[in-house]
Amino acid sequence: MCDADYNGLEVADLRVLMFGWEFPPHNTGGLGTACYGLTKSLSRQGVDVSFVLPRKVDVNEDFLEFLFADVSRASMINAYSSFTQAGKEYCNSLLEAVNKYADRVDALIKSLEFDVIHAHDWLTIKAGIRAKELTGKPLIMHVHATEFDRTGGNGVNQAVYNIERRGMHESDLVITVSNFTKDKIVKHYGVDPQKVVVVHNGVELPLVYRVRQYKKDKRIVLFLGRLTLQKGPDYFLRAARKVLYHCPKTLFLMAGKGDMMPLLIDKSIELGVSDNFIFTGYLREKDKKSVYQMADLFVMPSVSEPFGITPLESLINGTPVIISRQSGVSEVLSHCLKVDFWDVNQLTNKIVSVLNHQPLHDCLSINGCLEAAKLNWDEPAARCAEVYNNLISGS
Amino acid sequence: MVSVCFYFQVHQPFRIRDYSIFDIGNSRCYFKGSKDKLDNEAVLRKVADKCYLPANKLLLDLIKKHPGLKVSFSISGVALEQFQLYYPEVIESFKELVKTGSVELLSETYHHSLAFLHSLREFKRQVSLHKKKVKKLFNVTPRVFRNTELIYNNDLARVVEGMGYEGVLAEGADQALSWRSPNFVYKSPSGMRVLLKNYRLSDDIAFRFSERSWSEWPLTAPKFAQWVSSVNGNGQVVNLFMDYETMGEHQWASTGIFDFLRALPRELFKHPDNDFKTPSEVIKSYEPVGVFDSPGIISWADIERDISAWQSNKMQRAALKEVYKLEPLVLKSKNKKLISDWRKLQTSDHFYYMCTKWFADGDVHKYFNPYESPYDAFINYMNVLRDIKSRVSELIL
Repeated sequence: MCDADYNGLEVADLRVLMFGWEFPPHNTGGLGTACYGLTKSLSRQGVDVSFVLPRKVDVNEDFLEFLFADVSRASMINAYSSFTQAGKEYCNSLLEAVNKYADRVDALIKSLEFDVIHAHDWLTIKAGIRAKELTGKPLIMHVHATEFDRTGGNGVNQAVYNIERRGMHESDLVITVSNFTKDKIVKHYGVDPQKVVVVHNGVELPLVYRVRQYKKDKRIVLFLGRLTLQKGPDYFLRAARKVLYHCPKTLFLMAGKGDMMPLLIDKSIELGVSDNFIFTGYLREKDKKSVYQMADLFVMPSVSEPFGITPLESLINGTPVIISRQSGVSEVLSHCLKVDFWDVNQLTNKIVSVLNHQPLHDCLSINGCLEAAKLNWDEPAARCAEVYNNLISGS
Repeated sequence: MVSVCFYFQVHQPFRIRDYSIFDIGNSRCYFKGSKDKLDNEAVLRKVADKCYLPANKLLLDLIKKHPGLKVSFSISGVALEQFQLYYPEVIESFKELVKTGSVELLSETYHHSLAFLHSLREFKRQVSLHKKKVKKLFNVTPRVFRNTELIYNNDLARVVEGMGYEGVLAEGADQALSWRSPNFVYKSPSGMRVLLKNYRLSDDIAFRFSERSWSEWPLTAPKFAQWVSSVNGNGQVVNLFMDYETMGEHQWASTGIFDFLRALPRELFKHPDNDFKTPSEVIKSYEPVGVFDSPGIISWADIERDISAWQSNKMQRAALKEVYKLEPLVLKSKNKKLISDWRKLQTSDHFYYMCTKWFADGDVHKYFNPYESPYDAFINYMNVLRDIKSRVSELIL
């Protein structure tokens, strides 16, 4: 599609008030990345976005107008962990931040003109609901993850669940990032499936694609994500031990941090594989890119992944991927290997095969890269614009 | 005079089950899958019930009704083996057809393999294995050859001519025919008789029959018979070559494909200048009108009509190279089971499943692929090959 298509009159006049929680480079996970890609493409398609963040950070993008609610920093840290793991104190402070965010809405939007409200996840939905109460404008809740994903279904926090559920029911329309997530919210939150639209995420494309070269004596298998229950790092560790039996020279890179880190380090020692494991901690964009390129294979063994942008990022960096079937991204990606997250033997089988067979690696890499390169943000943004227009025109 | 020459390909591969690295060295049972699409017995019974048995019965009835009706089949050795193993009734029904004298059986490689492209010696062995099998089961000796998926070039014609065959089948591919018509008998540069598939009319039945977006849908027997009859005056033979599974499996019974086939002989015979011939009869009846020169390799697959469906990506090439590299060692082992397993791994379908061309677009490649992806097909294949290699080492070293 060319830009002219997007500059039609219908789209050109759209103004969106969008509530986010984080934005690159100040992000800890996929939500910020998704908001960046989506808003950038929306603006290219002629949609004006006013993007609200809970606190003042140093962000500056020419395609967005930023607004900041004045929520204190301390209460916001690491919004992704499940509460069971993070402790009660932390839980209360995050809920407090969510409420404060909503309280600031009145002042923030006083002199603002917009046609539709778009709120991302439970963290911002209270603010979204408040904006709807004040203006009567249609509200969209964009679900990137649910409490069931974060907790793996065990120890769902009632307060969070209630906010999510209320948000879904009070919204005029719910966007989910996959059919996988749509099924979840229909099943666990009693949302009418008619009210839910699936908009798969996209990926930011680089200007230059890299040609891969092999010059290492060790093969590197990469895990990149938060070290939490949801992401399945323990399955990665268990598979790694079995892989080492077949490919003893393999190096396993665990990039990311999270509450399971101490446990994983202990376990790697217990299993006798600590020499082959490197824990890098959290990586920023630049470092992320280099580990993607350094790796021979990327594995996303998530227990429950509403979408999962990281495999797409890996592919556009030329590194093939194995992804869990319990993910939204597996709905849009075919040039990859898929496993059920619990099937450690299958995961092992596939990792070993990619490491042992260069032709398999190369075909997955080239075809996967071509496929991922088609999954940019233009299509998802166009779908969102369509949703806005339908809501405004009342159809 | 227009002679209609029907040739149906009957083939079922031994699909490889999900075979992981943990099976290497522990299981020699490669071809007994439990998953729906990989359970060879279940697949065979399904296709037999939907296609082979009802279509055979229909043809038998039609031959009784129209003594002039002729058809030909090539049944791969691995298909015959599976009929014997899982569904002997199918063999019996083919035997009945052959007994009518109106049915010709053709030769091919026993394992429906790509051996011609990789090992001429192995190719000849497999052709001879197939010939023996056909002789034993049906008591006939084929005289016309068709290679796997109509893979063909001038060399193939020369080689099978040297093996004593009277004719060979090929795709009427534009790249070799250019402006000329497939509706005549041709000869190869070495002088072998070549019958060329009329891909337009063949594919009207095989691929387009149930396609509602096609301007000629629905295809009726009178309409098709009229297209064939219009060849009168500018052609002698219309070669309708297709997978037998077209009848009831690729085109389900509900599309009306059986009714079409039932009505077709009657419609064709309405025109006094039409008849049916088997490939051998065609060769005897018509002189070649020119040379069909195909130095390059052609086939009947995909729009490219080349061999890219089986050997275009790195996985396919690596797998093929590996399996043929084992030839001298496997044969040296003289171990029947090992040799037979190794040959089953040569069946072209395994490499077709690894094809990445068009994979994401969900076209026929995906439809015919029993694996989740071409990559999974490759992984299972290479794991089995690893096990074969370890068996070879055990026996030889």
